[in-house]
Amino acid sequence: MVQSLDRSQGREGGSAGGVAAGPTDTHGTFTGNRALQIEEPLIFEMGQPGRCGVDLPEPPKVKDRFNGLRRSGEVGLPGLSEPQVVQHYTRLSQKNYAIDMGVYPLGSCTMKHNPRINEKVARLPGIGDLHPLQPVSTVQGALELIDRLAHWLKTLTGMPAVAMSPAAGAHGEMCGMMAIAAALEAKGERAQRRIVLAPESAHGTNPATAAALGFTVKPIPANDRGRVDLAALKAALGPDVAAIMLTNPNTCGLFESEIVEISKAVHAVGAYFYCDGANFNAIVGRVRPGDLGVDCMHINLHKTFSTPHGGGGPGAGPVVLSAALAPYAPYPWIVKQGDKWTVAEDGGALKSLGVEGTPLGRLKAFHGQMGMFTRALAYIMSHGADGLKQVAEDAVLSANYVMAALGDTMSPAFEGPCMHEALFDDRFLKGTGVSTLDFAKAMIDEGYHPMTMYFPLVVHGAMLIEPTESVAKEDLDQFIGALRSLTARAKTGTAAEAFKAAPLYSPRRRLDETLAARKPILRWKPSNNPPDDPMKQAAE
Amino acid sequence: MAVVKYSEEHEWIRVEGDTGTIGITQYAQEQLGDVVFVDVPAAGRKVAKGESVAVVESVKAASDIYSPVSGEVVEANAALAESPGDVNLEPMGKGWFFKLTIADKSELDELMDEAGYATFLKSLG
Amino acid sequence: MRYLPLTEVDRREMLGVIGAKSIDELFRDVPASAVLGGKIAGLPDHQGELEVERAFQAYAAKNLSPGSVPFFIGGGAYRHHVPATVDYMIQRGEFLTSYTPYQPEITQGTLQYLFEFQTQITLLTGMEVANASMYDGSTGTSEAVLMANRVTRRHKALISGGLHPQYRSIIETTAKWEGFKAAVTAVDAGGLEDLIAQVDKETSCVVVQNPSFFGHVRDFTKLAEACHAAGALLIVVVTEVVSLGLLKPPGEMGADIVVCEGQSIGNGLGFGGPYVGLFATRDKYMRQMPGRLVGETVDADGKRGFVLTLSTREQHIRREKATSNICTNAGLCALAFTVHLTLLGEAGFRRLAEINHAKASELADRVSAIPGVKLLNDSFFNEFTVRLPKPAAPVVEALAAKRILGGLPVSRLLPDDPSVENLLLLAATETATEEGMGPLVAALKEVL
Repeated sequence: MVQSLDRSQGREGGSAGGVAAGPTDTHGTFTGNRALQIEEPLIFEMGQPGRCGVDLPEPPKVKDRFNGLRRSGEVGLPGLSEPQVVQHYTRLSQKNYAIDMGVYPLGSCTMKHNPRINEKVARLPGIGDLHPLQPVSTVQGALELIDRLAHWLKTLTGMPAVAMSPAAGAHGEMCGMMAIAAALEAKGERAQRRIVLAPESAHGTNPATAAALGFTVKPIPANDRGRVDLAALKAALGPDVAAIMLTNPNTCGLFESEIVEISKAVHAVGAYFYCDGANFNAIVGRVRPGDLGVDCMHINLHKTFSTPHGGGGPGAGPVVLSAALAPYAPYPWIVKQGDKWTVAEDGGALKSLGVEGTPLGRLKAFHGQMGMFTRALAYIMSHGADGLKQVAEDAVLSANYVMAALGDTMSPAFEGPCMHEALFDDRFLKGTGVSTLDFAKAMIDEGYHPMTMYFPLVVHGAMLIEPTESVAKEDLDQFIGALRSLTARAKTGTAAEAFKAAPLYSPRRRLDETLAARKPILRWKPSNNPPDDPMKQAAE
Repeated sequence: MAVVKYSEEHEWIRVEGDTGTIGITQYAQEQLGDVVFVDVPAAGRKVAKGESVAVVESVKAASDIYSPVSGEVVEANAALAESPGDVNLEPMGKGWFFKLTIADKSELDELMDEAGYATFLKSLG
Repeated sequence: MRYLPLTEVDRREMLGVIGAKSIDELFRDVPASAVLGGKIAGLPDHQGELEVERAFQAYAAKNLSPGSVPFFIGGGAYRHHVPATVDYMIQRGEFLTSYTPYQPEITQGTLQYLFEFQTQITLLTGMEVANASMYDGSTGTSEAVLMANRVTRRHKALISGGLHPQYRSIIETTAKWEGFKAAVTAVDAGGLEDLIAQVDKETSCVVVQNPSFFGHVRDFTKLAEACHAAGALLIVVVTEVVSLGLLKPPGEMGADIVVCEGQSIGNGLGFGGPYVGLFATRDKYMRQMPGRLVGETVDADGKRGFVLTLSTREQHIRREKATSNICTNAGLCALAFTVHLTLLGEAGFRRLAEINHAKASELADRVSAIPGVKLLNDSFFNEFTVRLPKPAAPVVEALAAKRILGGLPVSRLLPDDPSVENLLLLAATETATEEGMGPLVAALKEVL
C-alpha cells in the first residue's frame, strides 16, 4: 500500500467526524443568528416565482429558429429581487476570512495586499470591455500593454522570452514542460529522455504535470539542511533525464544555495531546468532566475504581483523561457512591426511577419488572462524597480522576524535564515496531545487565518508561515504574541481537549469531511432539507 | 483451513483452495483514517502480482492496493460502495476488497505469515 | 512606498531581533554570481496612483471600446449587460481577497456560493453533477477530452468541424504532447455534418458544440446514442451559455460531459480573460472529474456547512496520478456568474435569452436582405454566419475604419481554409440597438 497524502492546507489523518464536541454553542436566539453573523439559506430555499432581480423589456415576438430544439421545461432557477440578492451575498461574504481583514500567513500562497487601483484600471472602458477578436487595428493599446508587462517579466527574471497565455501556475507548468518536450523532440531525444526529477518537497502540481506529459517522475531526496541533495541529484542524472522541476526558493522557504551547481549538472547531461516560480516574491527585484541557469519558470501573477486570489482564482501563469526554449512558446505571439502591434495566431502569420519560431501549439483561447495582466502591470508600475526590491526584502525580513521571535518556543524545521516563509515542525507539540491541525484551528479563534499545514511533507506536522511584506510590525507582533500564547497553552499539557474543540467563534465549527466524502452531496435538490433550520421549525 | 498471508504493503490474502480473498490490514486502516471510498477491480480482470488493482481513499489520502499474487478476479466486494466504513470496522472481515483465483501458489511463499507480519510492524516502530 | 508598512525604524528593530546586521545577510544563500549590485537596471522606479492611472488611460485611448460603437462580434465571447450589483459584489474584499477555501470554518461564504454555483450549472446543462469551475471553456474542453480518455481507457477523440477553432487547436496541442489522437473533421460551416459513421470502438469521445461555432442549433440525441453503443462519451460544448435559457439542454440529448464558457453571465469581455469554465457530467463519472468540488456536510454542532470534497482526485494528494494538474479555478468569475444568474432567476434568464434571439433574428433578416449576402443558418440562437460576395477580413477592417465592430471574419481563426474566406460571423445580444444595427447595415451595403 503506497499512500498519496494530502499535501495542502492542513487536513491530517483524523476526520472531522471525530471532532470533540467541546463546549457547545447553544445558539439561544430565535433566528439562530448571532448579531453580525446571520444564518443564510441557499438561494434555492429563498426563491419565489414572480420575483426577479432584473428588469428586461418585453421581447418582440419572433418565430424561433431553434431547429425544433426549444427547452421544454423550466430551468429551475429561483427568483429573487435585487435587495435579497445583495443581502444574500453580503451575508455570505461575512463568513469569509480575507487579506482585507488581517494577517493571512498561508505559506506558499503569498497573500499580500491587493491594491484597488489595480481593480480600477482593469475596468477602464477600452481595456475591460475589449473583445478578444476585435480587429487588431482597434486594440493596439491592449497589445502594447501586454508587451509592456512581458518586458517587465523578462527583465525581472533575466530571461529572453515569455509565454503570456497560461491561465494559472499549473497551466504555466504544463506550458513550460511542453516547451521542454518540444525542444527534446526537435533534437530527436524525446523518446530517450523519459525521466523528470522533482524533489520530494515539490508542489503536487509538478509531478501531476510531468506525468500528464508521459514522463516518469523520480523523486530527489533533500539533505538535512532542507535543500536538494546534490550528490543524489548527480547520481540520478543521465541521458534518460528530460528535466528537473525545482522550486526556488524551495517549499521549505529556503534558497537552494547550490542552485548554480544544480543547473550546471542538469545542463551537462543535456536536460532542462524547470523552475517553479511560486516563491518568486522572495527574490523579485533582487535575484534574476536567468542568472541561476533556469530554462523556464512560471510566474503566478496572483502571488508575487498581487492579482486577487478571489476565493481560488482566477490566476495567471506566464512562463519565462530561455533562448533554448523560446522558439517553442505557444500561440499567440504578440509582435511589433514598425509602429504597429500584431498578433500571430498560427504558423502562417509568423512566417508572413518574418518571425522564426516553431510554437508548441495553443493552450488557451484568445490571448491569456488580460484582466490579470492589467492588474499585475499596475502593481508593478506602482512599485517600480526600487519598490519591488523592497518587497522581496521586507517579505524576507518579516519571515525571518517571525522565525526569530518564535524560534525559542516553537520548533523551526531548519536553521535560518529563511527566505519569505518560515517553516516549523510539530516537535514543540510533542506530548501535548495537540496536533498541528488543532493548533491551526485555535488560531482561527484568535482572528487569524491559519498558516499552511502539513506541507511540505518532508517535515513532520509542518506549519509554513508566509507573512508577506504587507503586514505592519505591530500586527506581526500581535500575531507572534498570539502564537506564543497558544504555544504556552498547548505546553501546559492539559489543553488538548480545548484545542480539539477549536474553533468556537467562527461561523462554523469543524466540519465533517468524512460524511461529505462518503455520501457526496454536490448540489441542492428539493429533497435536501437543511438538517437544522430554526426558521423552518418556527414556521411549522 | 484457511491460511492468511501478509505483504509489506499491508495487504492480507486469505487462501481457501485456489481462491484468495484480499484486503488491507488493521494497521493500514488505522494509518488511513476513515475510509470514504474503495475502487475495486471488476470480476474477470487478470492481475499480476504487484500490479496496482484497487484504490482506497480516506478524506486526506489515497492509497494504491497492489495484488499480493497473480490471478483472475472473481468477485469484488460490492457492499463497499455503500459502506466503505466497513474497511475501518472489520478490515479482515466484511471490509475485504476482492477475491481472485490464484494463478501460481508459489507466489504465496514470498509473503509473510502472521508472526512475520507482526515482527515487520514492530520494525516500523 | 504606499503598500509597504515597515518603516526604517521597524526594519532596524526587526534585524536586531533576528540578530542580523543587514538585510543582505538574510540573502546569504544566494550564490555570489547571482547577486546584483543594486536594483535591476532598465526599469523605472515607483509611481503614485495618479500616474499609474494616467498610464492605463493612455493604453485605453489607443483601443476602440465596444461600448462606444456599433458592436456585433461573438465567436466564443459575447458582450452582455452586467448588472452593477455583480461588479460590486465581486469587489467585496471578503470575496476578492480570500483564497481557496482550505479552512472551511472561515470560508463558508466562498463554499456556499460555489455549492449554489454547482447546482445552477447542473440545472442549466441538464446534468447531474458540476464542479466549482475551470479556467475557461476552452481549457475545460481539453480537460473533458482527457477525462473521457480516462473513463473509456481509449485514446482517440473525434472533433466536430463545428467546434470553435481555437478550442480545437487546444485539444490538438494537448493530444500531441500528452499522447492521444485527435481526429479532426472538415470545417462545418453549413451545420450539416454527421459524425455517427465515424464513431468506432477506439473512439473515447466525440466533441461537438451547440450552437456550433457557426451558430447552428443541432440535436445530438442520435449521436449520443451512437457514442454509447460504441462505448464512447459525448462531450457537448456551449460557448454562449445564455442560449441554455431557451434551448434543449445537452443533458436531455444524452451528453456525458458538458463544458460551457460562462463568460456571458456576469463577466465582461476583458479582451479574452479571465473567464469561467463550467463543467458538468453524470453522477457515475463524478470521481473522474477534474477540478474542485464543494459538498454539503455538518459541523461539530450539527449545523449545515460546506467543504471541499473528493480531493483525493486532485494533484496535491494524487500527484502524478491526479485527474488533472489543475490547482487554481476561476472562483471570482464563478461568483460573478452566480450573482448575475441569481439576479436573473428563472424569469429573467429566459427573457434574456428571448431578447437575444429576437435581436439576432432581426439582424439576420436585415443583413441577409443586402444584395449578395447569404445567410448560412436555418437555425441559430444569437449568432449566425453569412457569406459575403468578397473576403470578409477586409470588409471587417473597412467597417472598423468607420468605427463599427461588425462581426468576426471566420478566416481570422481559420486562415488556411479558403472555403471560409468570405464568411462573416455576426452576433447580436440584448445590447444591440437600432442605433447600432442601422449603421451596420448601411455600412455593409457601402463596403460590399
